[in-house]
Amino acid sequence: MTLKETEGIPPEDDRKTERATASQRQLVWWGFKKHRLALFSAWLLIGMLVAVVFTEFLAPFDDRHRDSDYTAAPPQVLKLWDTDGGEGFQWGLHVDGYTSEQDPRSLRITYEADPEDRVEIGFFVKGEEYELFGLIPWDRHLIGPEDPEDPMYLLGTTTDGKDLLTDLVYATRVSASVGIIGVALAFLLGVVLGAVSGYFGGWIDNGIQRLIELIMAVPSIPLWLGLAAALPVDMGPVMRYFIITTILALVAWTGLAREVRGRFLAMRSEEFVTSAMLDGSSHRRIMFRHMLPSFSSHIIAALSLSIPTMILAETALSWLGLGLRPPAISWGVQLQEASKWSVLSGAPWLLIPGAVVVIVVLAFNFVGDGLRDAADPYKH
Amino acid sequence: MQFLGRRVFYMAATLLAISLVVFVIISLPPGDFVTALEARYAVQGTRLTPDEVAQLRARYGLDGNVFQQYWHWFSQIVLHGDLGMSFEHQKPVKEVIGARLGATLGISLITLVVTWVLAFAIGIYSAVKQRSIGDYAATTVGFLGLATPNFLIALIFIYFSVSWFGSVPSGLCSPEWCDASWNLGKLLDLLGHLWIPMIVIGTAGVAGLIRVIRNNLLDELRRPYVTAARARGVPEGRLLRRYPLRVALNPFVSTIGWVLPVLLVGDIVTGQILGLPTLGPILLGALKSQDMYLAGSIIMVLSLVTVIGTLISDFLLGWLDPRIRLGNQR
Repeated sequence: MTLKETEGIPPEDDRKTERATASQRQLVWWGFKKHRLALFSAWLLIGMLVAVVFTEFLAPFDDRHRDSDYTAAPPQVLKLWDTDGGEGFQWGLHVDGYTSEQDPRSLRITYEADPEDRVEIGFFVKGEEYELFGLIPWDRHLIGPEDPEDPMYLLGTTTDGKDLLTDLVYATRVSASVGIIGVALAFLLGVVLGAVSGYFGGWIDNGIQRLIELIMAVPSIPLWLGLAAALPVDMGPVMRYFIITTILALVAWTGLAREVRGRFLAMRSEEFVTSAMLDGSSHRRIMFRHMLPSFSSHIIAALSLSIPTMILAETALSWLGLGLRPPAISWGVQLQEASKWSVLSGAPWLLIPGAVVVIVVLAFNFVGDGLRDAADPYKH
Repeated sequence: MQFLGRRVFYMAATLLAISLVVFVIISLPPGDFVTALEARYAVQGTRLTPDEVAQLRARYGLDGNVFQQYWHWFSQIVLHGDLGMSFEHQKPVKEVIGARLGATLGISLITLVVTWVLAFAIGIYSAVKQRSIGDYAATTVGFLGLATPNFLIALIFIYFSVSWFGSVPSGLCSPEWCDASWNLGKLLDLLGHLWIPMIVIGTAGVAGLIRVIRNNLLDELRRPYVTAARARGVPEGRLLRRYPLRVALNPFVSTIGWVLPVLLVGDIVTGQILGLPTLGPILLGALKSQDMYLAGSIIMVLSLVTVIGTLISDFLLGWLDPRIRLGNQR
């Protein structure tokens, strides 16, 4: 065994005692680490979170940047060296500029990479000014053209000349946060009502369960559509964002509530709950300090499995034109442009946001599955 | 019998709740049907007389308070089957829906059957041949199918269709066959148009069902009774058919209820892109233009079908598995 493999995992002799004395969190972490795919997905999601937090810095341009010279231009290839610049082999990060040609009959402009036209690319370049977190004014971008006027469109541009990569980073912030905030709201409702329902039982349980059954019986997708469509058309993008998130959460909390309730119901008769009760702990303390932490990893697993559902719902709603609307950018809004087949056939890179959706959803699913397996004490 | 009665009672309560929700959706947008109609006429340059306005308002019961409005709307549906007017189509909602219900249900049913057959076959295969290449392929497809929004599948199909054939097969039939009477040629033509919608609508369903069946069957195959039967020398095929398969059938039955709304959302997407004469595009159009009687009615009809479907699946489950019947009686 090499040194690297033993890191974090106790050596063979001590393993038994370590396992026996390890905290629950430690056990779950060991279990989770065994799932390569889940671990890899977790890194992907962390990357996504970085994009959510440092959006303005990571995006090469501002989200209002619009270059009417390059509409629906294809993606460029990032090159590390140059052999055709006239001076032989030459290092340096760059992309090729474009030459454009307009078809005289269809008026459609086609772009070709132009090896003669070299666009220097740099890291931490000065670009458009922005305010990080809405507070810190800055003008550096992680990657961008040395001359801010030069075209650098690594993922191509949209039909109105916006950089697809920039849009994608901004859309990631919106779409991912809709999922996370929505699930957080659903979680709050679900855990509180589920806990109360399972802990107290009796008529409270009965009432809450009937309510949940009613909500579950209403088909959720038409309900989403209907509520989203009933919003005033002239609503501001921020307001719309929060209301759409709330709608998604209001429909999604029931499943979580059921799960939490089942656990509470099963745990209510355990000795440690009785002891806490005899100790004179308040109901709230017993529920949220004693009982809830004992299955927190299950809840985290359930959460990471329900975020993708919400992301998919938002994407579909926005794509249909019922969710978020431009100028707000989300993955669904981005994909709207690809829905005209005349546009799509000339610019297949517009589907890239779709690939991002699939990857993020898969990553959340893998992390959720990995966590669920790791949290299962019978699998250790 | 008690089980049956309780279920029917829940269904009635659910329907009442749904009607409330739909009414809220209908009344949420600012203004009401008559003000919308007035605005529309004003754009066209004509004007409704105050008399007509009053008449219309009375007809739709728009002058009372919220509860009276709800009661008026609800009783019109229950007593007269009147779902209101669609101001987009200038026709009673009932006609608009009726004209398209057939094609919608037809496509949905065909898709459903194909979904079930595929999911059943693949699910059983990948459970029985666990960890085979086929199983891994099926599991991968299952994961991808669940993670890909159905409109994205539609877009990918369109892209390849355009770059290979130069066009998109739209509608349900080619022009030369549309008015023809039914024969083999028309049937083949219809099938040629139907396969894209079917894939788009059905993928998520197949993917989900494969996972459920596979997991259920795997759990079941580890049971002691299976080992016991195998030890007695029961042939594998018969062993599988005897008990584990019945349990694996459970997800088919229990999803009868919610399968229709899922299919309809797929239908919204495909219908929109491929121009099918189904309910989906109508619902979307109604929602976008806030033609709320039409939208609300479609949601209502959908919910009704869902609730009835759930009821049927409850009965079937109770019949299939006595434990469920008894468990509900406590």
